[in-house]
Amino acid sequence: MADFLNSLVGSIDPYMLQILVNVGIAIVLALGLNVITGLTGQLSLGHAAFMSIGAFTSAMVTIKTGLPFFANLAVTGVVTAIVAAAIGFPILRLTGDYLAICTLGFAEIVKVFFLNFEPTNKALGLTVPPAKTSIPMPIYVWVVAILAIILVTFVQSSRFGRALKAIREDEIAADAMGINTARYKIQAFALGSFMAGIGGGLYAHFLSYINPSDFGFLKSVDILAMVVLGGLGSVPGAVIGSSVLASAPEFLRFMSQYRMLVYGALLVFLMVFRPNGLLGGVNVTELLLRAVGRKPAGK
Amino acid sequence: MFLQQLVNGVALGSVYALIALGYTMVYGIITLINFAHGEIFMAGAFIGLLLVSAFKVNVFVAMAGAMVFCMLMGVIIELIAYRPLRKSSRLSALISAIGVSIFLSSLALMVFGADAKGFPDGAFPVRQIKVGTADISTLQILIIGVSAVLMMALEFIVQKTKIGKAMRATSEDYNTSALMGINVNRVISFTFALGSALAAAGGVLVGVLFNAVSFNMGLMAGLKAFAAAVLGGIGSIPGAMLGGLLLGVSEVFGVAIGYSSYRDAIAFTILVLVLLVKPTGLLGQKITKKV
Amino acid sequence: MSILKLDNVTIRFGGLVAVDKVNLEVEKGSIMALIGPNGAGKSTMFNLITGIYTPTEGQISFMGESISGKPAFKIAGSGIGRTFQNIRLFTQLTVLENVLIGAHTQGSFDLTGAALKFLPWVRKEENELKELAMSCLKQVDLTHKANELAGNLPYGEQRRLEIARALAIKPQIILLDEPAAGMNPQEKQVLAEMVKAISATGVTVFLVEHDMKFVMGISHRIAVLDYGVKIAEGTPEEIRKNPKVIEAYLGKGAADA
Ligand SMILES: Nc1ncnc2c1ncn2[C@@H]1O[C@H](COP(=O)(O)OP(=O)(O)OP(=O)(O)O)[C@@H](O)[C@H]1O
Ligand SMILES: [Mg+2]
Repeated sequence: MADFLNSLVGSIDPYMLQILVNVGIAIVLALGLNVITGLTGQLSLGHAAFMSIGAFTSAMVTIKTGLPFFANLAVTGVVTAIVAAAIGFPILRLTGDYLAICTLGFAEIVKVFFLNFEPTNKALGLTVPPAKTSIPMPIYVWVVAILAIILVTFVQSSRFGRALKAIREDEIAADAMGINTARYKIQAFALGSFMAGIGGGLYAHFLSYINPSDFGFLKSVDILAMVVLGGLGSVPGAVIGSSVLASAPEFLRFMSQYRMLVYGALLVFLMVFRPNGLLGGVNVTELLLRAVGRKPAGK
Repeated sequence: MFLQQLVNGVALGSVYALIALGYTMVYGIITLINFAHGEIFMAGAFIGLLLVSAFKVNVFVAMAGAMVFCMLMGVIIELIAYRPLRKSSRLSALISAIGVSIFLSSLALMVFGADAKGFPDGAFPVRQIKVGTADISTLQILIIGVSAVLMMALEFIVQKTKIGKAMRATSEDYNTSALMGINVNRVISFTFALGSALAAAGGVLVGVLFNAVSFNMGLMAGLKAFAAAVLGGIGSIPGAMLGGLLLGVSEVFGVAIGYSSYRDAIAFTILVLVLLVKPTGLLGQKITKKV
Repeated sequence: MSILKLDNVTIRFGGLVAVDKVNLEVEKGSIMALIGPNGAGKSTMFNLITGIYTPTEGQISFMGESISGKPAFKIAGSGIGRTFQNIRLFTQLTVLENVLIGAHTQGSFDLTGAALKFLPWVRKEENELKELAMSCLKQVDLTHKANELAGNLPYGEQRRLEIARALAIKPQIILLDEPAAGMNPQEKQVLAEMVKAISATGVTVFLVEHDMKFVMGISHRIAVLDYGVKIAEGTPEEIRKNPKVIEAYLGKGAADA
């Protein structure tokens, strides 16, 4: 089995493979933020901080214990979620932009913490040994990405997900429906960070080197842009947003020196012309049903 | 020692305050976190540097030039990147602002390169003045003085002029002001112009102070200045001044007592702590939502 | 027997006393109305009862237990449903989703239930919630709109959807803040019948309404608020004749007519 997977991965162009893995990791990260910002409406500008907590936790678990990779990821996700819940408990009382700036501030604090943290080599960064698994990383990443897609799709149409959407739409009305808004916000924050942590773990083991500065403000912005670009709250949107933005820098590589310039302009351009995201206002399920002829057009 | 650090802190804090004012004014009127504001600060520093080194003008003329240039820049950015999004979700405008910020800093990287640039020697004659135990440089006096004058000018514009009154009215209640016949678009452009001019002045001052101007100087300074605005109570002009000074002073003292490697975390730790105790900032108004 | 009891309830906003030492009891199973001129403090009183505001003074008890100071979600969970004067639907969600959110307290599966959505018992609960939601929609005659976006409904239907959403929490008492506002006479007629039908299922109704014909037609008792003070209470007949009410409220209404 492992041999077959290895030869499968070996047959893909390495450059293409790298883009694919980047996209897969981005999907996990973006879907996590989509739970917090898209579904629950809590703007977070510090998602990369949870990714870094996951990356360093996962790396340390691999270095210090012999835990197989799937258990490593599970531990990593749970640790990140617990940290998120502990932080979310006080700060989620804040609303709107105050919350956003608090998450941003928190992310900077986490970055500075790791820059000064002896066990993870401070600013030098950490070399991560290979993951303890016989399955090739690209496959691993995509299995996790697909699980993440399924999880968030389930969440969206569940009682839990509806409570999150109610909070996003109108917190006072949600309260009046008997929804414990504080508790659900913390749970959403923890779930999104759980996914960010796992994404960080994958990132660490795929790149095999991590540095606290990789997880700065711009990384958080990157993930947020993926979610908003696709269309807030939409799972297909987050997937498309991650695919476009995680591969764009690679495709723009031919004009390497203009890359970030174009990226910045692209963000403005897309927002001005598609302010609700690429898929904003598009019902993907309905489009799919129509495409396979299950539903008459124009209805 | 204490006096010395206090002066250092106030000088740094004045610059934070200058930048923070732009954030707070824009936020007060259109509730947008203008993420490109830090890059306007950076652009101001570069224009000032260019004027001093290429055209050999003195620092004050360079500062005035940078202010005019950045005023235009702020107005144009608003026109292109924010105005079309005024009726869209606030998040879209925020992402657009972040896009402008990335665009401008990469543009600066391309044009000016990755290395920090210094002002030519003698751009501003620095002398040390001994006050008690402290060495205060004329540069610090310049920074504190210029900031104070600019903030007083701002206070005058906002309180006493017609357009300033229109600004306050719009900030109080956007829709009613529009109905009352205030030209909201003009007020918004004016706000961007004012805020950008202050940031440009801050940019030139910082450039001279640290003798370093670089393409990425806007990010951290912008984030901290924004933190200062929120700390003081966003939307409040005195709040931005207070927040800026507080962050500047605490950062300098934090470094002085040995936390230099935690420098960038100090501002944000204070911010998070203050928000937890006072969720709308030090001078922010408490709003009870009517249901 | 009273289901809801306000004891000397007061709230101040700065210098303004919006509700001033109000004593009031709502009889279980009855339809009670609260009337009064604009700004009298009617909506504020509903916000006090539902825990959105906390009284500055006084006690509110529901089914014999004190609820003042409890968080809003707990008060809702104990059986108080409500609608809002300035409609607060979840506009980007469908009609059915709105009512399903109303049914939140009737379900139990949370995060783990969401992740394990395919398990039969999770699906069973989900189906039960859907049935409950559909039956609430039926009570306000909106079943045919179940899959439309709430924000796209016409005004009158949005008001009815708010009622359905409040019914889905299976309330003991339902508070309706100006349910007929913005409706035409026929719609009001239909609504009056719906409210009577809801009352017939055993739910106590407490409503605020400006339309006197509507109020007089369905209420068992009426309380009158003016500048935060309760100036009268009684049957529709008594209120109609009360000189204080005529002065404070109906006097203005009579002049309009
Ligand atoms: N959160 C608040 N902060 C300050 N004042 C408030 C608040 N909520 C209500 N008020 C004031 O309390 C008074 C009563 O308001 P309320 O909305 O309860 O009146 P109402 O009787 O429902 O009027 P209407 O018939 O117009 O709906 C008003 O003067 C209102 O401005
Ligand atoms: Mg009212």
